[in-house]
Amino acid sequence: MSDSVLALIGGALVGVSASLYLLTHGKIAGVSGIYGGALRGTPDRAVRVAFVAGLVLAGAVLGQIFPSAFEPAGTGSLATVVAAGLLVGFGTQLGNGCTSGHGVCGISRLSVRSLVATAAFITAGATTVFVVRHLLGGSV
Amino acid sequence: MKMHLSALATGALFGAGLTVSGMTKPSKVMGFLDFAGAWDPSLLFVMAGAIAVYFVASRRVTRRAAPLFDRQFHLPTRKDIDARLVLGAVLFGVGWGLAGFCPGPGLASAGTGSITALVFVAAMTAGMISENAVARLLARKGV
Repeated sequence: MSDSVLALIGGALVGVSASLYLLTHGKIAGVSGIYGGALRGTPDRAVRVAFVAGLVLAGAVLGQIFPSAFEPAGTGSLATVVAAGLLVGFGTQLGNGCTSGHGVCGISRLSVRSLVATAAFITAGATTVFVVRHLLGGSV
Repeated sequence: MKMHLSALATGALFGAGLTVSGMTKPSKVMGFLDFAGAWDPSLLFVMAGAIAVYFVASRRVTRRAAPLFDRQFHLPTRKDIDARLVLGAVLFGVGWGLAGFCPGPGLASAGTGSITALVFVAAMTAGMISENAVARLLARKGV
């Protein structure tokens, strides 16, 4: 199957999962929101921990069956991965969402905040890749 | 127990979707973000697939009086575009472009035992905890 077809199917599965989370728990299935709430210790912490555990479990199982579906983070140095993780963690909490919460659920709900956030993180990500790949020569 | 098992299964389905879609490959994510290079459009298909399903299903679901395991829906109602939203999204985007991981694929990849994914998730966790600490501090000072 081509990458585009797999992308469409995988995306649809994410949409089904997010819809099920809405049906069962009545909340937005944004990974940064669910994980951040689990860290803060919201009253529904156990549900959030279970969702995150499922996400990790999927990687653990699929990593054994389809190892080629996974790649390491970043382009080289571990220090860059640390910086990236800090930025992703801090930024998603400050901006109330990530690719799933804003990019999928929020856009589907026609939320203006999510449209603005998605435009902002795609622009920032594209600018970063431009600087790394085309100005700094590929790896940082 | 039932609601925790359902959350576990929902999370696993989410992770499986991300894996099938190619989001657990930073080279593909960075390829999507590389508009000046050999642009890889497949991330658009991930978003299109997810949004198409959620656009229809979420509207049907929220017609219910309540979700299955709660008395009411808890959905965002804010409409204001503030500096925190934009600054947060920009910081997230820079990190996303550097590592090629957003939170979901990072957590799923950490499950494979990948060292770089585990380091990413540890740093992401630290970033989230620091933001929460800063937010509490600012709230106490009335900012």
